[in-house]
Amino acid sequence: MSRALITHGDPNSTGNSPGARVDMSTDLAGIDLPSPILTASGCAAAGREIDAFVDITSLGAVVTKSIMLRPRSGRATPRMSETPSGMLNSIGLQGPGIDSFIENDLAWLVDRGARTIVSIAGETVDEFGRLASKLRPIGGFQAIEVNISCPNVADRGQVFACRAESAAQVIQAVRRNSDSRIPIFAKLSPDVTDIVEIADSVLKAGATGLSLINTLLGMVIDTNTMRPALAGVTGGLSGPAIRPVAVRCVWQVRAAFPKIPIIGMGGIRSGSDAMEFMLAGANAVSVGTAVFNDPSAPVRIHRELAQLVADHGFGQLSQIVGRAHREPEAPGANGSTDFDDWDFITEERS
Amino acid sequence: MMPEQVTSEVLDNRRSGDYHVLSLTAPGIADVAKPGHFITLAMGGEESSMVLRRAFAIHQVQSRGVYGGTLDIAVSVQGRGTAWLAERRRHDMLNLVGPLGKPFALPREGVSCVLVGGGYGSAPLFMLAQELRERGCRVDMVIGAATESRLFGVLELKRLASALTITTDDGSAGVRGRVTDVLDDALDRASADVVYACGPMPMLAEVARISTKRRVFSQCAVEESMACGIGVCMTCVLPVIGDDGVTRMVRSCVDGPIFRGDRVRWSDINTMPDDVWGAPGYDERGAGR
Repeated sequence: MSRALITHGDPNSTGNSPGARVDMSTDLAGIDLPSPILTASGCAAAGREIDAFVDITSLGAVVTKSIMLRPRSGRATPRMSETPSGMLNSIGLQGPGIDSFIENDLAWLVDRGARTIVSIAGETVDEFGRLASKLRPIGGFQAIEVNISCPNVADRGQVFACRAESAAQVIQAVRRNSDSRIPIFAKLSPDVTDIVEIADSVLKAGATGLSLINTLLGMVIDTNTMRPALAGVTGGLSGPAIRPVAVRCVWQVRAAFPKIPIIGMGGIRSGSDAMEFMLAGANAVSVGTAVFNDPSAPVRIHRELAQLVADHGFGQLSQIVGRAHREPEAPGANGSTDFDDWDFITEERS
Repeated sequence: MMPEQVTSEVLDNRRSGDYHVLSLTAPGIADVAKPGHFITLAMGGEESSMVLRRAFAIHQVQSRGVYGGTLDIAVSVQGRGTAWLAERRRHDMLNLVGPLGKPFALPREGVSCVLVGGGYGSAPLFMLAQELRERGCRVDMVIGAATESRLFGVLELKRLASALTITTDDGSAGVRGRVTDVLDDALDRASADVVYACGPMPMLAEVARISTKRRVFSQCAVEESMACGIGVCMTCVLPVIGDDGVTRMVRSCVDGPIFRGDRVRWSDINTMPDDVWGAPGYDERGAGR
């Protein structure tokens, strides 16, 4: 079996699967993506490893693992525990630092011809700004995703996305230090009382769009050792287990902001899962934990989603974005209610 | 070598002591696999609540035949995933990715080798022993387990090895004790140049310590829990000293699972020492002291 790839047929193509004729392109903050399927940050490294399984240039974009200013060893092991329909991780942002990332990983992605969204993570507001200014003269990427919501930091006070004010400060710093044409996506945490309030603050601070959601803070205790399963004690919960939470977040934010670009993520492992996010209002979706289970999942999910869109009688993916928000149809308005069926209750009038 | 993802058919599932040996079709994988490579399998079908793959060392390969390449793995039932796998029957289909990892490094000439296996850690040593013998190496083996039923492949190893030493913790077979109790003697008898080992981490740590003390080159196949097996998740890392003298947290799935015994910082596994590259206490200016 060779590497899977998404074939971006034109809408007039005569491919024999109905899904192959759907226009799957999506507009994400002015970036024209041939597919709405992206990798999720931290689940595809910088694209190189999964390129053996999927042609990464056929994906909507590769969202790279959050990169920090300096090299980072991450947390001690154990870093992972499988949970029902999910996993808990506490990697701690292990990575080579921005300079090595630009020189090796980003250069490789540019060479490979992949669309790239660079995810950045800092320990301070200033670090986020410096990361953006290091990227600014380099180019070669389509957008920046600002990870203000990684739960695996020593100090929970550092989860910028948990407070509207700190979230806005980070986004301001990144916006100020980035090319104004580069879209900035703020990745938010679901572990807040009101995600719409956080969304509002980062949008006012200059975020172009939002990535919803990061992992949920969780914990597993090993009943054999009677100790926390992870060396980091707590970790980020991901996988299908969190999907309803993620869909809810996308729904709430889309309802509040009808026009802003949204990347949806959280437990997507099938085309139907991806469709839920798009119906809730996502313009694109990221596939994360599913890649660990099925390295070619992004291509499979694209194909399944295209088929579903076709099955519903649509020719363009964009027609289903946010569609779950429409008012319920009046009876008969969509032709689905056949009034002839009601003959049997037609009363005889005296 | 590029790994591939294939749909694999179960051809056979047989018991071997406390273990199960599964024969799986793996076209395009079995024929290129080398000793020390591993594969991963998805557990429980497409809607499974087990979202992580399980990794298995390749035990044997048959590169030709009607199935266009098949391979065997040894399965020890330890949790829900392996229990599910042990119930697979002929004609069941599995999602298989491989070959993964870096294989054992092999000597260029016919040197004397001692292969050490703990429990079903002896499984990947079969292919290695065959390969080493083809290269004219002397192959002695030491295998051990808690009890006789936890030894793997004793009969066949007797044919493969020039000398086979068996240990069990309870004395139910061979010498009572651990493989590391008899390793010094085995190294003396073979005048060993190289030690290869696969088994639980404490065993590997001790094998590496003994080998390094005796200035014998050692290669250890580590067993770290993995989420992806392909190098993207960063969960299977351990502290390994590089050629430049700097310790890094390296991925056992793509940088291993075979490491030089003298390069793994065994006693620092599950910790984050200050001198690891990028650790909180790491001083870049002091790099490569």
